[in-house]
Amino acid sequence: MNILLSINEKSYAIEAASETPLLWAIRDIVGLTGTKFGCGVSQCGACSVLIDGNLIKSCGIPVSFAVGKEIFTIEGTSETLEFLREAWNEGNVPQCGYCQSGQLIAATSLLDKIHHPSDEDIDTAMSNNICRCGTYSRIKKAIHKAAALKNKSL
Amino acid sequence: MSKIQQVNRRDFVKLIGLASGGILLGCNVSSSQKEFVPQEKGTFTPNLFIQIQKDGTITLLASRSEMGQGIRTSLASAIADEMEADWKYISLKQATGDAKYGNQNTDGSRSVRTMLLPMRKMGATAKLMLISAAAKKWNLAETDCEAKNHHIINKITGDQIFFGDLVDEAAKVEVPAQERLELKKVEDFKYIGKTLKSIDLKDFTHGTAGYGIDVRIPDMKFAAIARCPVTFGTVKSFDQKAALETIGVTDVFKLERMVPPTGKFFGALGGVAVIANNTWAAFQGKMNLDIEWNYGENKSFNSAEFQEKLRKRVHQKGKLVSGSTGNVSAAFKESNNTIEATYAVPFLVHAPMEVPNATAWFKGNEIEVWAPVQDPQTARAELAHFFEIPSENITVNVTFLGGGFGRKSKSDFVVEAVALSKKIKGPVQVVWTREDDIQHSFYHATSVQYLKGSLDVNGQVTGWLQRVGLPSIVSSFKPMSDYASGFELNQGFTNNPYNLTNFRLENVKAESHLRIGWMRSVVHIHSAFGNNSFVDELAFAAKKDPLKFHLDLIGEDRVLEGTSDHPFDSKRLKNVLKTVAKKSNWGNDLPKGHGFGLAVHYSFYSYVATVVEVSSIKDKIKIENIWTAIDCGLVLNKDNVKNQLEGATIFGMSLALFGKITTKEGAVEQYNYNDYPMTRMKDTPNIEITIIDNMDTTPTGVGEPGVPVIAPAICNAIFNATGNRVRSLPLVDSGLV
Repeated sequence: MNILLSINEKSYAIEAASETPLLWAIRDIVGLTGTKFGCGVSQCGACSVLIDGNLIKSCGIPVSFAVGKEIFTIEGTSETLEFLREAWNEGNVPQCGYCQSGQLIAATSLLDKIHHPSDEDIDTAMSNNICRCGTYSRIKKAIHKAAALKNKSL
Repeated sequence: MSKIQQVNRRDFVKLIGLASGGILLGCNVSSSQKEFVPQEKGTFTPNLFIQIQKDGTITLLASRSEMGQGIRTSLASAIADEMEADWKYISLKQATGDAKYGNQNTDGSRSVRTMLLPMRKMGATAKLMLISAAAKKWNLAETDCEAKNHHIINKITGDQIFFGDLVDEAAKVEVPAQERLELKKVEDFKYIGKTLKSIDLKDFTHGTAGYGIDVRIPDMKFAAIARCPVTFGTVKSFDQKAALETIGVTDVFKLERMVPPTGKFFGALGGVAVIANNTWAAFQGKMNLDIEWNYGENKSFNSAEFQEKLRKRVHQKGKLVSGSTGNVSAAFKESNNTIEATYAVPFLVHAPMEVPNATAWFKGNEIEVWAPVQDPQTARAELAHFFEIPSENITVNVTFLGGGFGRKSKSDFVVEAVALSKKIKGPVQVVWTREDDIQHSFYHATSVQYLKGSLDVNGQVTGWLQRVGLPSIVSSFKPMSDYASGFELNQGFTNNPYNLTNFRLENVKAESHLRIGWMRSVVHIHSAFGNNSFVDELAFAAKKDPLKFHLDLIGEDRVLEGTSDHPFDSKRLKNVLKTVAKKSNWGNDLPKGHGFGLAVHYSFYSYVATVVEVSSIKDKIKIENIWTAIDCGLVLNKDNVKNQLEGATIFGMSLALFGKITTKEGAVEQYNYNDYPMTRMKDTPNIEITIIDNMDTTPTGVGEPGVPVIAPAICNAIFNATGNRVRSLPLVDSGLV
């Protein structure tokens, strides 16, 4: 069926079976490959996107769910995401980098909701994302840093 | 003989696709030049290019695969440092798989170990050519010129010329003989030994780094393959109707198993392939297949029974392994304090975040592949073998790897992609589901080992007997390889770091019923677990502090000249142990319910020691702190080494806490991250890495050596905290996590 998606404030008219998971619609049909496939069963968070500001694992929802809503992916930009990128850069966070799209999106969701996250807040928010390279300590530090940068700018 | 030489422009254009002028250099890394690459075989044409353009930009060729270990940045920084280049002008081009680039097999923690010196010489050569060009221009002696920050400086007048403004002149300069190269002194390093952030950071944080799974070719198809649940089982019959009716599916066909010749390559498992317009449709089509399998002889393989079998075997006499010394029987007879213990490690799987995948285009007399491979040359050779196309007509483009850990050194998924492309006559990407990855991998072998040791009245170890059974990696290349091979036992078993007078190592039979492969740290995971757990048990029996006991057992200062350029130095091993003990305040009182454990191991020529602090609450264990010290000789990129060791800690925790692949009736029982769990943010302890400053020595391994120490240090800490000795991994099986 014909589906109209809005991703990072841009419209995409695509042809997809309505039950196609949003992840594969974004990656294979729209062609934005920054959102990653990791497990297909909402276990690893590599496919994380924001839909109307809510953190969603895109492998677990049909593309039809996102129609009429605003999808935000790693190819997008927001004030919070830019602070996170800066902090990721400063902390030299990634190793292979593959999970980092999902990590950054999950962290964006966290900082959009909680301006001064504690270690526990970060543990709770980020434990749905797996990093097989094991960059968790750096991610945690970078989230604190991004929060500080963001709060300073307010 | 081993001179660095210029490459003609046509070759360059052909190889890298740039046509602009500038200096272009390649160096020879063939095995005839021992100082370059000690252990690689074969002869190669010049490779590894530096190109300097008029705008000052420098393009370097990255010959090794990037899978998170930071190799692209690290090796490039060595060239830039010796050249006195400014990092901001550096960009990289990833090499395709080709023997002319030297050995590209990215495994064994060896890239820096083997490539640092040739890279430095490349940089020094380019620098000297730029100096020559400037000297000629100024009509000065070369000694009156120096390179600094992307310029050549006239030492007399202070004038300077930008690198980019010298390229025309420099291109006419004769390539200097190696003897004329002067490498920088440690104190003059600008990048080596310092921290350079990953050159790929921007792509990693914007979703623009191109992994294998991100490759898109116009009109390409996507494919999934249903493989037999039992290793090497075959398709008996299948009903494709429902699969073909799946929306988006365009084709369904049987894919034969591709059996590699004995001794090399990996082949492909075969199965039933589903071709579709997108990945999900292929996955759905695969689920809709109705297949009847011939399970074959591995159908009876039950991993729990197998572990019991190994357990029995290690309690009987095995094959004596050379390297044993003294007389352990006599030592045991003389002692009235002997200890015995049996340790077990299950099968494990790499599960990199990016599943195996490859994109291929079979074009009749040529093949082009885009894939996340650790060993592009083997992939290329394997394709040449199976598809009978000359290597020179095969291009293996190496993408970023979303983790490798050894899984992507096997090119089975590349062979699959090409077979599919050949069949459908067009470009296709095969993507493994996570379930495919966990159920059809090349597994890290299970092991069981039995140890018996004796102590004298002073608590000194007088005898050490070790029997080990583990299915060999060789079995993946050669049938009937039923014993661990010499090169496997030499990963911490034959060459343990202890000063033992009476040492006996025996090898017991361990057949393979799964494809066995290497996973980050390989057999060191087994040897470090057995050795460090047992030393801790001996220390307890001797009523001694484990730290002191370990130090005594490593023994007097000695350097063992082996066959490599990196002799084992017991002093360096003791030093990492003392360092980490100090960092962790080993010996200080701990809160109630807390315990300390340590482990020390020598692997990939690096020295690593770890102290773990755990706490025990209501019979559950929490890992509070992990301190690790590494001596890896010269450190190329400090923060990268730190990042690797932090990651190795998490990797080691995952296997210690959760890692376990089991089989029932030949089929792997785990499916995904829900039943093959990983360490997550909430499990992450405080991690403190100490890097020993040893810049005057040769660099040794970094990617792997941090892993093996973690599991035994955790188990020793649990014993210290609770008195509960864990001898079988993972901890989740003991109900401790």
